[in-house]
Amino acid sequence: MTATVADRPATGTQATAPARRRRSGRSTLLTVAMLLCLVYFLLPIFWLVVASTKANEDLFSSFGLWFSHMNLAENLHNVFTFQNGVFIHWMINSLVYAVVSGLGASSLATAAGYAFAKYKFPGGDAMFTLVLGAVMIPMTALAIPTYLLFAGANLTNTPWAVILPSLVSPFGVYLMRVYAADAVPDSLIEAARVDGAGEMRIFFQIVLRLLVPASITVLLFALVASWNNYFLPLIMLNSPELFPLPVGLAQWQAASAAGSGSQALFSTVITGSLVSILPLMAAFLFLQRYWQSGLGTGAVKA
Amino acid sequence: MAAYALSMPFMVTFILMVAVPLGYAGYLSLFKKQLIGGISFVGMDNYARALTDPSFLSGVGRMALFLVIQVPVMLGLSLLFALILDSGMLRLQKFIRLGVFLPYAIPSVIATLMWGYLYGKDFGPFAQLAKSLGLPAPDFLAGGNVLFSIMNIVTWGFVGYNMIVMYAALRSIPAELYEAARVDGASEWRVAWSIKIPAIKGALLLTTIFSVIGSFQLFNEPNLLRVIAPAAIGQDYTPNMYAFQLSFVNQDANYAAAIAFLLGIVIMAVSYGVQLTANRREKAL
Repeated sequence: MTATVADRPATGTQATAPARRRRSGRSTLLTVAMLLCLVYFLLPIFWLVVASTKANEDLFSSFGLWFSHMNLAENLHNVFTFQNGVFIHWMINSLVYAVVSGLGASSLATAAGYAFAKYKFPGGDAMFTLVLGAVMIPMTALAIPTYLLFAGANLTNTPWAVILPSLVSPFGVYLMRVYAADAVPDSLIEAARVDGAGEMRIFFQIVLRLLVPASITVLLFALVASWNNYFLPLIMLNSPELFPLPVGLAQWQAASAAGSGSQALFSTVITGSLVSILPLMAAFLFLQRYWQSGLGTGAVKA
Repeated sequence: MAAYALSMPFMVTFILMVAVPLGYAGYLSLFKKQLIGGISFVGMDNYARALTDPSFLSGVGRMALFLVIQVPVMLGLSLLFALILDSGMLRLQKFIRLGVFLPYAIPSVIATLMWGYLYGKDFGPFAQLAKSLGLPAPDFLAGGNVLFSIMNIVTWGFVGYNMIVMYAALRSIPAELYEAARVDGASEWRVAWSIKIPAIKGALLLTTIFSVIGSFQLFNEPNLLRVIAPAAIGQDYTPNMYAFQLSFVNQDANYAAAIAFLLGIVIMAVSYGVQLTANRREKAL
């Protein structure tokens, strides 16, 4: 696993790399072929948008991939008022769990990644290897005992049960170590030491600023991991008003699939799904340079 | 000292949230809850039981089948798309890159709900199309098909993610490495095969190992599809589903812990095997 290049960290500036690899010109045929492939990736999302605009009966009576009677406002109303507006709780919960876990995970990973990259200390490499190995632990191997331990500490069915385990991001530490090794010049640290700055001051006042791009990447991925998390909140939480979106929507879906007069739920589940994917899609659109370069950092130095 | 101070917050959290639960799971796996006599130490009995438990073995087998089909298809597509993007021969390059990646922004639970409706016979567009053509509706959720339907959901969600990882690695290859080959008239395919792909083997290995880890841990997709296809997907369909059921339905956390540990060993062994194969191939070249 050798790194070929990248003396400099793969920051967002790479996106503006010169058009060095333009070859003989662009191919319309290849573009059309790729656009056809793109249909596969975008059609389900298009279907979801279309289906969200339909009343329950229209879902069954009209063709799925095109619009029928516009019922989006009514569907949204149903999503936000069904079961006394529990959906709003789910959105807030998802947001709180994701933001708190994300900020926490990225702070912890930033400090630790920098320490692993820039200090040689007894046990440092062993700790780092241990952390990396944790990537392979099956989620059940952690979640089941964590559940039992939390139950003993009366932490189950509280937000902490979902947030605390999400604070550990082994991949985040790995990413930060790779990034910090390049982004923070040793000479800079040396110069600050000569000037008499303490190690903590060096970290907080000088180094941290240099690590921001990678920290945001780790934050974004921790946010996504927490936003998508299903297994952990599923086992930890009982009260519907504590659920995050995936657990809540899955419950609605189970209710609608079970039938028994709750058929009207189909359009509610579908519209709720659309509403719940919008924040993350927007985040990915606006933060493109962070996730693209961040994924690159991990890959180049793998 | 500073090194410890900086790494301590993470390491303490790591110990509390990873090491301690893992140790506790290991401890639990050595005991058994009996109807009479309470909890007793049984050594490796739970492991021995798991190794002959058809539910566990068939789950692992199913995940292995999933792995050998889905991972090559997904990573092959990712690599192909990454190479096409990197060739600079596309128009609408940015739009296409973002479009392929977009499914990654959709939580797997919601992706599964969505695909579940698409697969469905009630108002799924495939069933509607078949009906309008007078054909029988395809049954994506039947016993023999459902594994492939799950593969499709995972592939749909992760091709773009892996594509971006590979694309970023491709972009960091110094152009000098293949400019000469191009001057000599090598085709784009030849450049890709002989220069670009070997140059990003680190990224290929990384994506393969992460995909292996993810495959064996499959839970969300089958667990949700079970709601609409209970006949095709049992409670022990994947090892993680089985451990979940043992622990929270059967209240047998001891045996569940042993199952989870064994699954971890399988994952480690296969990941190690992948790495070993990659290294050996590298030497052979």
